[in-house]
Amino acid sequence: MKINVLFFASFKELLGCSSISLDISQENATIAGVCQSLCSRGERWKSVFDEPSKTVKIALNQEMAELDSPLNDNDEVAFFPPVTGG
Amino acid sequence: MMRLLSSHLLPGASILSIIKKILISDTALDLDDLNGLIQNNAGESGAAVIFTGAVRVSAEEQGLTGMTLEHYPGMTESQLEIIIKKAQAKWHLTRVMVAHRVGYLTPGEPIVFVGVASLHRKEAFLAAEFIMDYLKQDATFWKKEHYADQSHWVEAKESDREAVSQWDRV
Repeated sequence: MKINVLFFASFKELLGCSSISLDISQENATIAGVCQSLCSRGERWKSVFDEPSKTVKIALNQEMAELDSPLNDNDEVAFFPPVTGG
Repeated sequence: MMRLLSSHLLPGASILSIIKKILISDTALDLDDLNGLIQNNAGESGAAVIFTGAVRVSAEEQGLTGMTLEHYPGMTESQLEIIIKKAQAKWHLTRVMVAHRVGYLTPGEPIVFVGVASLHRKEAFLAAEFIMDYLKQDATFWKKEHYADQSHWVEAKESDREAVSQWDRV
């Protein structure tokens, strides 16, 4: 299935990328599966997505989500650091 | 031009209607304009509280030349919407306006505006603080500080999480 992945703030800068489209297999269709797939892209990606820490915040279709959240075709997953607005 | 992204009249609202607006702007916030939306009182509100936050240069930030604010379009608006709904569930609010800057800001420029009108002052004070506390914890904005020789992303503060936890007791 196709998953649209977005990166914000320091993650976007570190990875040099604001969005990518991923193909995820049915049996890997969780956010943890997306992290696993992203790790294969290189060391920088591994530094964020290999067993992501509490400072990696996740949104699924613009609502806060967890690593075990299940995914459907065309879902939007976003990764970002803790927010600092206001 | 400021873009008005969300504007609502609640069901059953009369001429003394509840006004609720959210604005994310990549140009300077017009505080007079925003104030007007809260202060333009048709007699429905007995109290109004306005909070503005601005780019500040503190002792440890000497040499700060500016700040870039990034956000997650779509999610930011829906998070703010949820926060305002939570506040409306706690207090009777007649007007709510939340505005936030994105893009590049220089010291002294307003970053955020929260205006709340209600029947009585206590509700307006509490709701304005509540909305700001939750905005800082939940709304998807990120700040990057710029200095003459370097830039860095601002780290989230533990004190902001604590500010929100106090509302569990209200």
